[in-house]
Amino acid sequence: MAYSEKVLDHYENPRNVGKLDDKSNDVGTGMVGAPACGDVMRLQIQVNGDGIIEDAKFKTYGCGSAIASSSLLTEWVKGKTLDEAAAIKNTEIAEELALPPVKIHCSVLAEDAIKAAVADIKTKRGQEGA
Amino acid sequence: MQTPIYLDYAATTPTDPRVVEKMVECLRLDGNWGNPASRSHVFGWRAEEAIEEARRNVADLIAADPREIVWTSGATESDNLAIKGVAHFYQRKGKHIITSKIEHKAVLDTCRQLEREGFEVTYLTPNAHGEITPAAVAEAMRDDTILVSLMHANNEIGVVTDLAAIGAMTREKGVLFHVDAAQTAGKIEIDVNAMNIDLLSISGHKLYGPKGIGVLYVRRKPRVRIEAQMHGGGHERGMRSGTLATHQIVGLGEAARIAKEEMALDQAHSAALRQRLLDAVSDIEEIHVNGDSPKHLPGLLNVSFNYVEGESLIMSLKDLALSSGSACTSASLEPSYVLRALGLSDELAHSSLRMSVGRFSTEEEIDFAAQQIHTAVEKLRELSPLWDMYKDGIDLSTIQWSAH
Ligand SMILES: Cc1ncc(COP(=O)(O)O)c(C=O)c1O
Repeated sequence: MAYSEKVLDHYENPRNVGKLDDKSNDVGTGMVGAPACGDVMRLQIQVNGDGIIEDAKFKTYGCGSAIASSSLLTEWVKGKTLDEAAAIKNTEIAEELALPPVKIHCSVLAEDAIKAAVADIKTKRGQEGA
Repeated sequence: MQTPIYLDYAATTPTDPRVVEKMVECLRLDGNWGNPASRSHVFGWRAEEAIEEARRNVADLIAADPREIVWTSGATESDNLAIKGVAHFYQRKGKHIITSKIEHKAVLDTCRQLEREGFEVTYLTPNAHGEITPAAVAEAMRDDTILVSLMHANNEIGVVTDLAAIGAMTREKGVLFHVDAAQTAGKIEIDVNAMNIDLLSISGHKLYGPKGIGVLYVRRKPRVRIEAQMHGGGHERGMRSGTLATHQIVGLGEAARIAKEEMALDQAHSAALRQRLLDAVSDIEEIHVNGDSPKHLPGLLNVSFNYVEGESLIMSLKDLALSSGSACTSASLEPSYVLRALGLSDELAHSSLRMSVGRFSTEEEIDFAAQQIHTAVEKLRELSPLWDMYKDGIDLSTIQWSAH
């Protein structure tokens, strides 16, 4: 399969690989997917007192498109508010990475991951709308 | 050493230069390009002579009589012709066929078609080593069984079937025995008489011959009858009409001749390289050999690296040409049905790599490949949340995953 330049770039040089302390009250964790389906994404965000995402980390088990989708997402969410981050659409990710139709589910997974991470921190902080 | 390195001999082999030379002789203007069915002039006679020499070479390879060799377009056609041909000819005798879950699609889809036509098919499950045992075949036999169709070696895991034991049984019961030998013809010994094989499929492009040519062996004594699929000029004793492709046939004949002559050499070479590769990667943590039967093809190795996904692994190994059982490399998004039939978890099936070496592979290539695999697995595990969890001692089977 031919990959787009952008997928290859994120795959060769993934941004923000790593792990944040998921016990911390400033960290929201979203883990989505399943090993049996061939992809699992763990996306974590570090959020300051103003509700701004200061840092983001990911680790992904999956194909190149799944890795690229999560890597791109960590770049996009930094500096955003929780609500802005949760509003990111999978179609934007798919478009930016020029994902072929069979790989759209990778971008859907990335959208699910950020929504789950935002929900996690909102629950931790006792906010509504989680 | 040139990259990418070819480690996909089970998909197709390069054509041996000696084969190419023979083929070209049949294509040149001053060469042997006549129609072998032309009986009235020397162009036809010469072409027919070349065809018959090729037929002898293929027959010799499997200890058959040249009159038992039918030319086809490849193993897919041979499988179709054998299975549908027998089913349609013998349907008044019975409508039950035995095959296995790990057959090539050329066999499985043919059987599915026969099911739609009212035949009944039993699909045997391999044991955990990937073997279809004679005992499993015996258990599935019924009074109305007309055909057992099994592969000699599986194309994904390379496990070799005990044909002699199964052939003895089918012969005793008067059931026909078809063998898909696409992966083994020219690679390991086949004796259609000693093994009591009635029909056998061969593909040219898996034994250093050209693509688009194959053989169906059809036994004469006791005589096996098949209904033709392709009707026309009555070539190949009516079993497969169509003008014979002299250059393809001559190519396969030469490939068979070389394979028989050099089998011991080829086997030793492939087996040594496979072992070298396995030795060089076996220190990687959480590596699993799929189809770990002692009876396997000399040059094929299928391994899974747990917690690493196959497609991304292949993407990292861009200097290596190999294949994966991962869903993402197939159109269906389902992991390999062969690995699943072995009882492998979806995770391990997604993490599999098939590497196959052959006549033109070198030690230098294997060493390079092993080193690339080390680097890639390390990199991807660094990226893998599952590897993190494994290292933290978390049992992944206890986690509630969100299936999607
Ligand atoms: C076991 C097996 N059977 C059948 C085939 C089909 O062979 P061909 O490509 O000659 O149609 C292959 C190869 O793809 C194979 O490995």
